[in-house]
Amino acid sequence: MSDSQVITKIRDLHFTRGNRKIFDGIDIDIHRGKITAIMGPSGTGKTTLLKLIGGQLYPEQGSVEVDGENVHKLKRRELFELRKRMGMLFQSGALLTDLTVFDNVAFPLREHTNLPETMVRDMVLMKLEAVGLRNARDLVPGELSGGMARRVALARAIALDPMMIMYDEPFTGQDPISMGALVQLIKLINDALGISSIVVSHDVAETATIADYIYVISEGRVIGQGTPEELNMTDSEWVKQFMQGLPDGPVPFHFPGTDYADDLLQGAG
Amino acid sequence: MLDRIAALGRKGLSVFERLGRGHLFLLQMLAGIPSLVSRIPLVVQQIYAVGVLSFLIILVSGFFVGMVLGLQGYNVLIDFGAEESLGQMVALSLVRELGPVVTALLFAGRAGSALTAEIGLMKATEQLSGMEMMAVDPLKRVMAPRFLAGVISMPLLAAIFSAVGVIGGFFVGVGLLGVDDGAFWSQMQAKVDLQEDIFNGVIKSFVFGIACTWIAVFEGYDAVPTSEGVSRATTRTVVHSALAVLGLDFILTALMFSDV
Repeated sequence: MSDSQVITKIRDLHFTRGNRKIFDGIDIDIHRGKITAIMGPSGTGKTTLLKLIGGQLYPEQGSVEVDGENVHKLKRRELFELRKRMGMLFQSGALLTDLTVFDNVAFPLREHTNLPETMVRDMVLMKLEAVGLRNARDLVPGELSGGMARRVALARAIALDPMMIMYDEPFTGQDPISMGALVQLIKLINDALGISSIVVSHDVAETATIADYIYVISEGRVIGQGTPEELNMTDSEWVKQFMQGLPDGPVPFHFPGTDYADDLLQGAG
Repeated sequence: MLDRIAALGRKGLSVFERLGRGHLFLLQMLAGIPSLVSRIPLVVQQIYAVGVLSFLIILVSGFFVGMVLGLQGYNVLIDFGAEESLGQMVALSLVRELGPVVTALLFAGRAGSALTAEIGLMKATEQLSGMEMMAVDPLKRVMAPRFLAGVISMPLLAAIFSAVGVIGGFFVGVGLLGVDDGAFWSQMQAKVDLQEDIFNGVIKSFVFGIACTWIAVFEGYDAVPTSEGVSRATTRTVVHSALAVLGLDFILTALMFSDV
């Protein structure tokens, strides 16, 4: 696929936290207009990857290019300009707790544009209508359920009509109805607005229904990639274990350590 | 043994690293203050939160401190037959020392701890990260208005503390103990100097305002984003602010009043 169709290009990315190597040279391409899922077990650094793409963390080696710009070589002002074209949905929603739902969605518009208040109102209502929460505009974040908070955060993320949205674990801890709503919204927003989406998740079934392409990462490396169909028919034991949710396999059920029989015999003798 | 020396060295380095971060933070925050010209409502909102909401505790404390000064001062001055100087004693104690210092200590406990907890929780709930990803600089949007509000509020609160304290001293001295009304006020008017006493007191409270608010906002921003981290940061705010205020008070007093 040509470079112009790649909105985010990650090459040879290395990142270490403390003594732990989080990424050990990963290459990922995110294509324009597509939903790309980054999957992997908890603690593999999926959220860290989003923070590296957003320029909140710096890698030791390698590069992250978003829309042709090397994120980690930009000046602070240029980085902020780039971020205006990126939306991010945090796992917690990250709504401003002292503002109402309406003011939360209006926040980026008021900060970055000089639109008159009547126009801000119309735009906020349009975004809230898109996520089904127009009538919840006067609530404060403390009065929202987890699923509603994420939908408000989604409305806020699309307030400035970004070119790309990053979703950090959007389905975690959601009831089936909220989950269904979020799955549908991510797909709808991606297709209707023609934006690119990166969904970081370990919810295999939900993510596979909407993703165009999936990367599976573990222990700092990309260990599998392809369309959902390709990954379901993979030969890799590891990817198979992850995609099918098998309790034992290359990732052992038992925490590594001494042998069970030895352990029991030691107590007896 | 070597391990202990190394651990001590690490501790020392981390203290200096933190000091450096704190100063860089202050510079970045100060750089954000000019942008507040177009965001006056944000500053006003914070003046309400840190200043107006501290008003009652300052009012009550000031009155009690003034009453105690009146009582203690009368007991000492009466031995020398100088109880008519009570007004002067109460006013000087308040505007030079107790007004700025006690207000700053109360301010750190009431408003400083609230600022740290608020900002620390914003960090823990990813609100600050969220702002950064929306291309909004939290230093300009969150920290700078709070810092400016603290710096504006502190001298005003100290002035109110001193004024109410004088009324407290008057209430006890003149109202209850029978010091002459005219002597109380005229001694005060004659001996309290605008430049030497009141202006220096205002400078003190201004400096304390910078120190307390800076510490409070930085501790929140630098807090470990967990409930334990925020709780520790809040404690540090109160302890460090109190130490900073008392230390700075000695330095400022030495500079201002050593030749009086």
